[in-house]
Amino acid sequence: CPPGKVLRDGPAAMSAGGTLSILRSDSYADLSQYRDQHFRGTRYDQERLLRKSCTLYVGNLSFYTTEEQIHELFGKSGDIKKVIMGLDKVKKTACGFCFVEYYARGDAENAMRYINGTRLDDRIIRTDWDAGFKEGRQYGRGRSGGQVRDEYRQDYDAGRGGYGKTVQCQ
Amino acid sequence: MSRRRHSDDSDAGQPHKRRRTSEPSEIEERLESLICRVGEKSNSSLESNLEGLAGVLEADLPNYKSKILRILCTVARLLPEKLTVYTTLVGLLNARNYNFGGEFVEAMIRQLKECLKVNMYNEAVHLVRFLSDLVNCHVIAAPSMVAMFENFVSVTQEEDVPQVRCDWYMFAFLSSLPWVGKELYEKKDAEMDRLLSQTESYLKRRQKIHVPMLQVWTADKPHPQEEYLDCLWSQIQKLKKDRWQERHILRPYLAFDSILCEALQHNLPPFTPPPHTEDSVYPMPRVIFRMFDYTDDPEGPVMPGSHSVERFVIEENLHCIIKSHWKERKTCAAQLLSYPGNNKIPLNYHIVEVIFAELFQLPSPPHIEVMYTTLLIELCKLQPGSLPQVLAQATEMLYMRLDTMNTTCVDRFINWFSHHLSNFQFRWSWEDWSDCLTQDLEKPKPKFVREVLEKCMRLSYHQRIIDIVPASFSVLSPANPVCIYKYGDESNRSLPGYTVALCLTIAIKNKASNDEIFSILKDVPNPNQDDDDDEGFTFNPLKIEVFVQTLLHLAAKSFSHSFSALAKFHEVFKTLAESDEGKLHVLRVVYEVWKNHPQMIAVLVDKMIRTQIVDCAAVANWIFSSELAHDFTRFYIWEILHSTIRKMNKHVLKIHKELEETKARLARQHKRRDSDDDDDDDDRSSDREDGPLEEQIERLQEKVESAQSEQKNLFLVIFQRFIMLLTEHLVRCETGGIDVFTPWYRSCIERLQQIFLQHHQIIQQYMVTLENLLFTAELDHHILAVFQQFCALQA
Repeated sequence: CPPGKVLRDGPAAMSAGGTLSILRSDSYADLSQYRDQHFRGTRYDQERLLRKSCTLYVGNLSFYTTEEQIHELFGKSGDIKKVIMGLDKVKKTACGFCFVEYYARGDAENAMRYINGTRLDDRIIRTDWDAGFKEGRQYGRGRSGGQVRDEYRQDYDAGRGGYGKTVQCQ
Repeated sequence: MSRRRHSDDSDAGQPHKRRRTSEPSEIEERLESLICRVGEKSNSSLESNLEGLAGVLEADLPNYKSKILRILCTVARLLPEKLTVYTTLVGLLNARNYNFGGEFVEAMIRQLKECLKVNMYNEAVHLVRFLSDLVNCHVIAAPSMVAMFENFVSVTQEEDVPQVRCDWYMFAFLSSLPWVGKELYEKKDAEMDRLLSQTESYLKRRQKIHVPMLQVWTADKPHPQEEYLDCLWSQIQKLKKDRWQERHILRPYLAFDSILCEALQHNLPPFTPPPHTEDSVYPMPRVIFRMFDYTDDPEGPVMPGSHSVERFVIEENLHCIIKSHWKERKTCAAQLLSYPGNNKIPLNYHIVEVIFAELFQLPSPPHIEVMYTTLLIELCKLQPGSLPQVLAQATEMLYMRLDTMNTTCVDRFINWFSHHLSNFQFRWSWEDWSDCLTQDLEKPKPKFVREVLEKCMRLSYHQRIIDIVPASFSVLSPANPVCIYKYGDESNRSLPGYTVALCLTIAIKNKASNDEIFSILKDVPNPNQDDDDDEGFTFNPLKIEVFVQTLLHLAAKSFSHSFSALAKFHEVFKTLAESDEGKLHVLRVVYEVWKNHPQMIAVLVDKMIRTQIVDCAAVANWIFSSELAHDFTRFYIWEILHSTIRKMNKHVLKIHKELEETKARLARQHKRRDSDDDDDDDDRSSDREDGPLEEQIERLQEKVESAQSEQKNLFLVIFQRFIMLLTEHLVRCETGGIDVFTPWYRSCIERLQQIFLQHHQIIQQYMVTLENLLFTAELDHHILAVFQQFCALQA
């Protein structure tokens, strides 16, 4: 028999009165405005996948951040199924993003609530829902091979190759 | 005459597409929003907001009474931190509409009964407290409230019921007194005195064997870690001595006294506590966590004493705020910091204490650990001038008291502190902790620093950690997480298996198949046997050694590389690790290769369990094996063991869920067929439909039983090994005349406790077996005590 007879949510909560919308608020785990333009399928399909996804996109990583560090940090919200490092399409080296896939959606939600917006390698990292890893998505989409954001940025970022690519070429 | 269709006529005057359901729900949302937001920061005073809202709701009563009732009942249950705001609101409504007041009270009683029926005891306490504060708002007559409390206290006279049941009713009574004690005592002092004396005698006679297991610190200094009912009783006794004068709770109803005292009161219907059933699960006992007192903030407002009722109310309210807003960290931080009374109490200290109370709560924190780290960071962001200092002070105090801190709590302290530091560039005054350098490395303080530095390294990299600590701390610094390959050096060429290892290396680099690997390994002699088997696939430790060492070394670059290696050569692993000894040896070799990189060991063990190269019992046996004795007290070992147990538990739950779902599908199928019975008389076809599902259910049933048996076996193995290890130590100490309580022993016995506490729900199922098989009366009393304390938790 399943352990634990304490009833928490679900039918019991409903019969004892339900909840309040202010307490249902879960803004950190909601979908963001971002939609992957390269996604094959309708907007509806994409949103359906995002809502049941166990995979997070993680951005603003240093190029030097390792899979091990990511595993350690994101492991704090649950068991990780897989980490896929984002790579420069040309150099095949880390280019500052990755995917983290959990076994359970709830663990990914907790990462969105408590790891998103905190630091890894002294940088504030950003997480967002991902519709699911597909081969090819581990590569940057910028013209030079890295991420698009590193093509055009004007600032100097030591952890992300210095100046943006366009600036470097000037 | 124009030919108007019938439908046009009937539609005349009605908007065509109005969806009837959306309008009322909009109104409900508006009502809910109005009610929930009252009491928030506003330009008008709370009193005028409440008065305004009461007017609005009164006007809406004719049309929306049931919705308003539902919303008010829900806020009573779910927003206890705003208790007095809502009792005042109900008081105002009752003054304007007596019937509504009566209906509300009835709805609350119904809700209370429902909560108790479904084991929602924490929420039930809020309801009881709400009802009691309604006495202050002249909604409920004091004598009837006293009568309800008399029924609560009489539960302590019931026979053959778990103590935790009586505890809850006692707690519900006592914890309402800060709000309503004064009023009840004024109206019914004789009855209250009787109740209080019954309380005292119950508290004296109840057993408290469970307390040591739940204490964060075993020491009584500087603050005793009291059992929650004992602490509450002291607080109520002090309140009574102070003539029930309570000044902390915000009581908006006082401003409306002239209106409210004109209102007619209702009598609570007689309330019989629902009887104890087999399905009743009462809250576990708690120990009150205290780390601060008024001496810790000499500059600021005085912190209410540990036995003051103010302390109780503040802590209750802060815990409720976290419970309400745990998902929204910014809101949670803001709500905590805007707790009223900021200038009269050292709010930052209360907040930090309450957060650590939850983080260190035994058996488990109410919320996921990482939430508390992030919440503290948010609080530091909002109060950058004050909160970080309180946090630093708290950290220092926790460090000072490590010697008596429960091992599980130390684990959580390590995780919190290292993660916190990683958000603040690892800045810390490590030199302040140089006292630990002169101590035996197994002592709590140096052990703590070692484990923190190791975790900090995992979040950054080895050189970073060397750089951030003073040179004197190098003895505590983590090892460089490099792989140890025994066949790597030319100087090792005399080792048996060396040439095969070289061969294997080349083959794997050349993308050899599993079959090719097998044939290379055939050449490895078996040190355990005189003659080789024809297939050579029985347990051959050398074969395992050569293969696993070589493969792991080649795949050492990253986790992904190692996982790919495990996947690619899964067949070889499965064959080599077929026997129990094989599994154990694989784990041993993994350890030998990666003992400098505990994180890698953990992820490899995880992967091997999930891909069924090793099983959970093998991991348990490996952890207790003599090869691991050196690392036995290290944090990562216990992380691996608990992770293994959790995987086992999740596995059982998953199959069980599959079984239930398949059973439900069969039931639905039957229902569909029964409803179609008139059309289809073919019994044979319905049997055929059932067949595959019924077969599936049978198979799943077997799977569930086998999984549950594996789960039970895992726990039995773990307990057995603990008993063996501890008994060995105790016997050695007794014959040698040395003190039993070495750091190792303390650590070990607390790890045993941790198993019981972390997995108490599952272990409850095995009580009979444990009692009869393992934790028998012949066992050393030190070990038996742990079991007895555990039994006392739900007694």
